[in-house]
Amino acid sequence: MCDSCGCGQPDEAVTFRRPGEAHDHDHHSHDHPHDHDHPHHDHGHSHDHAGRIVTVERDILKRNDLAAARNRGWFEAKSILALNLVSSPGSGKTTLLERTITDLKGELDIVVIEGDQQTLNDANRIAATGASVLQVNTGHGCHLDGEMIHRAVHELTPADGAVLMIENVGNLVCPAMFDLGEAAKVVIISTTEGDDKPLKYPTMFAASRLCVINKTDLLPYVDFDVEACRKAALQVNPGLVFVEVSCTSGQGLDDWYDWLRARRGELSG
Amino acid sequence: MHEMSIAMNIIDIAGEQASVHGATVVHAIHADVGALAGVEVQSLAFCFEVAREGTPVAGAELVINEISGRGRCQACAADVPMDFFVAICPECGEGRVEITSGRELRVRSLDID
Repeated sequence: MCDSCGCGQPDEAVTFRRPGEAHDHDHHSHDHPHDHDHPHHDHGHSHDHAGRIVTVERDILKRNDLAAARNRGWFEAKSILALNLVSSPGSGKTTLLERTITDLKGELDIVVIEGDQQTLNDANRIAATGASVLQVNTGHGCHLDGEMIHRAVHELTPADGAVLMIENVGNLVCPAMFDLGEAAKVVIISTTEGDDKPLKYPTMFAASRLCVINKTDLLPYVDFDVEACRKAALQVNPGLVFVEVSCTSGQGLDDWYDWLRARRGELSG
Repeated sequence: MHEMSIAMNIIDIAGEQASVHGATVVHAIHADVGALAGVEVQSLAFCFEVAREGTPVAGAELVINEISGRGRCQACAADVPMDFFVAICPECGEGRVEITSGRELRVRSLDID
């Protein structure tokens, strides 16, 4: 699989940069296991002619899942808590990370992988907090995948015991399909969105372990029913846990931090 | 548009397996796609048409076997159809329904010569 989606762009279109770097510093190209000695096929044949059937039984996402499994084993060996943050664009993921890194400085060693189609903007914001960060620009791609994370963590080299926050591309659909090797997905929804979003995009809410309801300071001004949102999300995922936060006022952030500490505590070392 | 990534994975798997089995031509790729797998079948078919060009399976047809969603209620053990991520059992009105089928996403077989 190319690390791309929807456009057939080559892998080189995906870039990995630290803040301040103008260009991708290591132009890589991973091998595609295509067999170039493939037999010549007959474009003129008729499809109603059946040949012999051979059984394949291969998971379509196996390559990604293998990369994710490799990441997961690496994280476990290093006692790294890896979280995959997913949401629509504009839910406040980056602001939540800025606030979290600042508030927990000295307690948790947080390192960040930022996923966006373009720009270093989010990585620059994270770098301003002093945290180690790598920006993955997916070009036209709509999600991060296991192989991108594999490469990104080897450039970032998080220390044993670190918390790795992976801010996925803002998209409530595609990132649900691609395991990155994370311990848990965290879905963020903000009060400026529709409270029925969990029913509109059930796959993401079904795949997540925690739901952060963000921008609660705006509740007096928006038509967002927190209880309706919770109820909708529980319909698709009865085990989902919620925290309600405002990164502006700080309200509820302790619940988020307690959840992080609990997940961190589940790891040995 | 993750369907393009899915289509490219299908093509990779089919090309590799065709080579393993010494195929001179791939007529068809049979794939199972569950209703709860998060893949839009029409979009996948479209992406496959585009992505197969210039690959070892350029002449192959993608035959998608859609598998409907089913679940089992953890409370009353009812086997219930699921066309959505509903988690409440329509039989007993409570309990958590675990998906038992509908998440499939695999290349099942190839039709080759």
